[in-house]
Amino acid sequence: MMLTGAQILMECLKKEGVDLIFGFPGGAVIDIYDELPKHPIRHILVRHEQAAIHAADGYARASGKVGVCLVTSGPGATNTVTGIATAYMDSIPLVIFTGQVPTHLIGNDAFQEADIVGITRPCTKHNYLVKNIADLAETIKQAFYIARTGRPGPVLIDLPKDVVNATTEFSYPESISIRSYNPNYSPNRKQLRKAAELLAQSSRPVIYAGGGVVSSNSAQELTSLAEQCSLPVTTTLMGLGAFPGDHSLWLGMLGMHGTYTANMAVNNCDLLLSIGARFDDRVTGRISSFASGAKIIHIDIDPTSISKNVVVDVPIVADCKLALVGLLEELGKVSDVDWATRFAPWNESLVEMRSTYPLTYAKEGEWIKPQSVVEKVFALSDGQAIVSTEVGQNQMWAAQFFTYRHPRTLLTSGGLGTMGYGFPAAIGAQLAFPDKLVVDIAGDGSIQMNIQELATAVSYQIPVKIIILNNGFLGMVRQWQELFYKKNYCATCLHTNPDFVALAKAYGAEGFLIEKHEDLEPTLRAAFAHPGPVIVDVRVEPEENVAPMVPAGAALSEMLLV
Amino acid sequence: MRHVLSVLVENEPGVLSRVVGLFSGRGFNIESLNVGPTLDPAVSHMTICTSGDQQIIEQITKQLLKLVTVIKVVDLTEEQAVEREMVLMKVGAEDSKRAEVLRVADIFRCKVVDVSPDDLMLEITGDYNKIRAVVALLQRFGVKEFVRTGTVAMRRSMQLGER
Repeated sequence: MMLTGAQILMECLKKEGVDLIFGFPGGAVIDIYDELPKHPIRHILVRHEQAAIHAADGYARASGKVGVCLVTSGPGATNTVTGIATAYMDSIPLVIFTGQVPTHLIGNDAFQEADIVGITRPCTKHNYLVKNIADLAETIKQAFYIARTGRPGPVLIDLPKDVVNATTEFSYPESISIRSYNPNYSPNRKQLRKAAELLAQSSRPVIYAGGGVVSSNSAQELTSLAEQCSLPVTTTLMGLGAFPGDHSLWLGMLGMHGTYTANMAVNNCDLLLSIGARFDDRVTGRISSFASGAKIIHIDIDPTSISKNVVVDVPIVADCKLALVGLLEELGKVSDVDWATRFAPWNESLVEMRSTYPLTYAKEGEWIKPQSVVEKVFALSDGQAIVSTEVGQNQMWAAQFFTYRHPRTLLTSGGLGTMGYGFPAAIGAQLAFPDKLVVDIAGDGSIQMNIQELATAVSYQIPVKIIILNNGFLGMVRQWQELFYKKNYCATCLHTNPDFVALAKAYGAEGFLIEKHEDLEPTLRAAFAHPGPVIVDVRVEPEENVAPMVPAGAALSEMLLV
Repeated sequence: MRHVLSVLVENEPGVLSRVVGLFSGRGFNIESLNVGPTLDPAVSHMTICTSGDQQIIEQITKQLLKLVTVIKVVDLTEEQAVEREMVLMKVGAEDSKRAEVLRVADIFRCKVVDVSPDDLMLEITGDYNKIRAVVALLQRFGVKEFVRTGTVAMRRSMQLGER
């Protein structure tokens, strides 16, 4: 069958099971938009391309599917770069289609031309410029395959306008093999045995799990391993939800704003079992002091993650799920160890530490505490909400004071730390799960970075709830200025915030203001009950700090504000 | 320590920039880089000289392999290999020094490929240490122009163990 490039794109999307894309039209992709309405693919028109990619990202994180977005050439493409880098840092599978000027104009500084393949080379898993219509179907097949396999990531396809309009015989490749791309999934048995032996010899083990457990859908296996061997568990920000936050073996998140117990457990352990985490600097603090007395087992699908930041004793390059299953088998073989008894003194000491140094905050005072807002969101949603966050204090409080019990329920820009991520990501997640409560925990600074998406939420009646922890500051930077820069609050005071309630209403959404303690619960209830998108502007303690804290470059044992 | 990496890549647009961008983006060092076609038109060969401790070289190798367009990476420093580099060099050779320049050139089996009243253009082939030695010896005559290809290398078929 002879098809145009635009038609081939639609057919390929259907073959890949894509029924939802996020985008924004323009001259270079107008032919694709001309074709789009003829196909059962829902298109969400955003108000800025950055939101298209964050929404696709939120959709991907919440659903586990590949997120797709479509934008035009030049500025359309460059506006997605922050979102591509965000997804790349957090290993989120996306396929981004960008328009491009016709092939004969490439390199001519044509109108709305940008070398997006060159620009995104360092922040995509792979990218393509399709110069020949004959390569289009195969390229799209490859892109989806690369995006979702191995360590997932964003893949970009640049589509020149003449290629979109050319015609060719369409056939979609059934199978795929790329000689230079063969991710390894199965773990090395010998290494698994070594890991099992180390575990059996240890007396103070800790599991340190990350986003890899979420992306490989192995939360169940992680819990089985922890329970079977009585291993205490901490996770990174990206790993929250991979282990039940109300479990007796749960230590809390580790790292810069992790719990005292998690950080001390890692500091004092004699065996660290890292699963799908990459020893990021916000996790490790001063690297030379990180788990310095411990043997380290590192399971990761990406060979480059291993021995990048710390030298490990037992590297295992594998899919987390297969590695966990294999490790459980090997543990069954190594010993007749009574794990619970063996690790009882260690676990008891951690339980005691957890009750002595819980995550907490001063609850009294005139102002509403931002932490109490997050706790209230948890309570009122019965812990069933999908939470997205912006970046900064709001993100850390959302990580600390909401109990995540299931994977894919916290959507947050962990690696890149992208302000403005949370609201569009919430839109994407809500479209993946129309019946769930989706809440964006935002700050008054971050929310303004993509607030235009209120128009998107209103036009499709996407009932996302935005909770602004409004402290009138760029709070996290202000906190650093307070603690480390002698309170020189340079460029962090937001004295001219808009009236968020009026703004929500101007867009056709609902807005609520909460200033008093007694309004918090009833107003949040009303907001959650509202059928459409809502902004809740909660005025919180302006100079509340995120605690505890490991200062940048310090060791995990050197926590402040415990 | 200096390492010579032999890298096979898909011969397609942008592949060089992927490799080079990886080095600059991650702060790895490139001492020399040589790219050329192979007998298979779909594949290109790169020889990259770089430096770093074992951990850095391991990262470089793994990061290269992570690029979708990279087919194979071999660290030739860990194997017995033949290494060659070519230099073209214009050396001052007025009448008074000409004989001495030619003598040095002869000792190192350099070829004279161009002559003028004031200088000689020499073609020198050898491994990293030989090139260093020739350059050191000829510098005192005045080097007017200097270009080098960067290293190419090939693994020896017989890997003889040390006695």
